[in-house]
Amino acid sequence: MLGTAILGAICGMLGSFAVLRKQSLLGDAISHAALPGIAIAFLITGVKDSNLFLLGALISGLVGTFWIRSITKKTHLKSDTALGLTLSLFFGFGMLLLTFIQKQPNASQAGLDTYLFGQAATLLEKDVWLIAIVAGIALLILLIFWKEFKILLFDEDYTKTLGFNTRFIDILITTFIVITIVLGLQTVGVILMSAILLAPAAAARQWTNSLEKMVILAAIFGSFSGVVGTGISSVSGNLSTGPVIVLVAAGIVLLSFIFSPKRGLLFREIRFRKNRNDIKMQKTLAFMYGIAKTHENISHPHAIKILNGFQGFSKRSLQKLVDLNYVEIDGQQWSMTQKGFMTAANLYNQQVENSHE
Amino acid sequence: MEEKYAITVDDLTVAYNYKPVLWDIDLAIPEGVLMCIVGPNGAGKSTLIKAILGIIKPIAGTVSVFGKSYAKQRSLVAYVPQKGSVDWDFPTTALDVVMMGTYGSLGWIKRPGQKEKKAALEALEKVGMLPFKNRQISQLSGGQQQRIFLARALVQNATIYFMDEPFQGVDATTEKAIINILKELRKAGKTVVVVHHDLQTVPEYFDWVTFLNVKKIATGPVKDIFNDDNLTKTYGINYKVSVQE
Repeated sequence: MLGTAILGAICGMLGSFAVLRKQSLLGDAISHAALPGIAIAFLITGVKDSNLFLLGALISGLVGTFWIRSITKKTHLKSDTALGLTLSLFFGFGMLLLTFIQKQPNASQAGLDTYLFGQAATLLEKDVWLIAIVAGIALLILLIFWKEFKILLFDEDYTKTLGFNTRFIDILITTFIVITIVLGLQTVGVILMSAILLAPAAAARQWTNSLEKMVILAAIFGSFSGVVGTGISSVSGNLSTGPVIVLVAAGIVLLSFIFSPKRGLLFREIRFRKNRNDIKMQKTLAFMYGIAKTHENISHPHAIKILNGFQGFSKRSLQKLVDLNYVEIDGQQWSMTQKGFMTAANLYNQQVENSHE
Repeated sequence: MEEKYAITVDDLTVAYNYKPVLWDIDLAIPEGVLMCIVGPNGAGKSTLIKAILGIIKPIAGTVSVFGKSYAKQRSLVAYVPQKGSVDWDFPTTALDVVMMGTYGSLGWIKRPGQKEKKAALEALEKVGMLPFKNRQISQLSGGQQQRIFLARALVQNATIYFMDEPFQGVDATTEKAIINILKELRKAGKTVVVVHHDLQTVPEYFDWVTFLNVKKIATGPVKDIFNDDNLTKTYGINYKVSVQE
C-alpha cells in the first residue's frame, strides 16, 4: 500500500512533465518496450527475482526509447508512427517470449504474467524501499533543477539561447520517466502503466494554472489512486491492481473535467448562461435607453408592449432590471430611473473598453 | 573608417535532408542598426536567426559576436522566438514567462529572487503589460503574448536582439508599441535584427535591410538598397513597390 502510494505520487509528478512536453505516448511505448526485457531476464537466469526483472525492463525500455528517437531523427516518419512501431514490435516480441516461457516445463515460470496487469500483492518490502529511494532522488532532482525543467518545457529553443544544455535536461527528465515506469511495472503492469503516468497530470491540469501546483496536485491524485486502487483490489480478492488503480485515476480525471472551476465543463456552462442572461438584460436596457433618450424627462413612462418583438426582451430580464433599480414598473407601464439611465449611457463605452482589454 | 560589426557570419550553410535552406551566407551586421531580414516564405529567414543563435546546427560556417565566438558572448544576445513556437496553454503567468529572461544570467540551479522579479516587472511596465502580470498566459491576446515575449528579451538586458516575426498577428496599436520599443533600443545603441514580412513598412521602421532567399541577395542601408531591383531578385517576380519618400 505504501509502495503504491509513493509510486502514484512520483508518477503524477513526472507525468506532469510528460503531459506538458506532449510526450504522453512515450510512456506507453516505454512500458510496452520493457516487457521483452523482463522475459529475457528470466530466460537467461532462470530465476524469478524482481530486481533482475527490473534491470531487464530498464534495459529494454531504454533501448525502446533510443529506437523511437533515432527513428524520428533519421527517417521522415513522424513521432507517433515511431512510437506505434516500437510499441507494437517490442510488445509483440515480449508476448511471444512470455508464451514460450509458459510452455516450458519449469515450475518457476508462474507469475511472470502479473507484469501484464500488475499485482501489488507481489511487492516485497525491499521493492517498496527501492521505490521510496528512487522517488526521493527524483524529488530532489526536481527541486534542484526546477527552474531548468520549467523553461525547457515551455520554450526549448529559447532555453538553448540562454546557454543551458538542453540535451542534459532532456535526458535527465526522460531517464527518470523511464525509471519510474519500470518501477511501476510490477504494481500496475506494462499495459496500463502509461495511464497512471498521465491521468493524475491531466486531472491536475484542470484545477490550476500554476506549474508548481499542478505537479503537487498530480502527486496527490496519483498517490490517492494508488492507495484506493490497491485497497479495492486487495479487499475484493485477486483483482489485478493495475486496472483498478487506473479506474480510480480515470474517475478523478472525469470529475476534474466536469467540476474544475476554471476549465471544467459545468462551470463553463454556468458562466455561459450567466453571460447570456446579462447580455439579454443589457440589450433590453439599451433599447429602453434609446426610447427614454428622446424624451426630456427620462422617467417618462412607456408601455411594456413596445418592448415586445424586441429580441433581448424577456419577462425575466425586465424583472432583473427592476431588482437592480434601473427601471420602475407601474401596471403596464415602465419608466427608467436616473440610475438606470446613467448605467445604460455608460454601457456602450464599457463594452468598447472591455474589448480593448 | 572601419565599421564595428555586432555580428559577423562567414560561409554559413544549413540544410535539412540534403536540401540547402541557407547557402553560403556571408553577413556583417554593423553595431547599432535596426535591421530587417526580408524574403519569401521558405527563404530561410528564421533558419538564419536560429543558426546564428546555435539553435540549429549549420553544416558549415562560423558566427562571431563582436569578433569573438558566439558561445563566449552568449550573454550579449537576446532572442524573441515566433509566438507560435510555444504552447500558450502552459500553466504559468505572464510575470513568470518574463522572469525566464533572467534564467540565463542566473545560470544553473540558482533561483530567481527579488532582484530578478524587479527587473521583470520593469520590463512588463515598458511593454505596457504590468496590469496583466498575474494573468494566465493562455488568457492573453496574440498581441499581448507578443509583448510578453518582447519583455522577456528586454529583461536579458542584451546588446543584440534577434526577433522572429514580432509583428505577426498583432493589431496596429501593438505593432506601433513594439516598433517604438525597437527604436528606443536602437537609440540606446543596441543592435536589433528582425524577421519581417510587411514590405510596405520597411522604409518607415528600419534603417538596414538584408534580402534573403536561400542565398543572401543584398544587405545594406534601406535608403540605398531597398529598391525594385533587389526585391525582384529576392521574390522572383517583377516587383514594384511604391516606396514613399
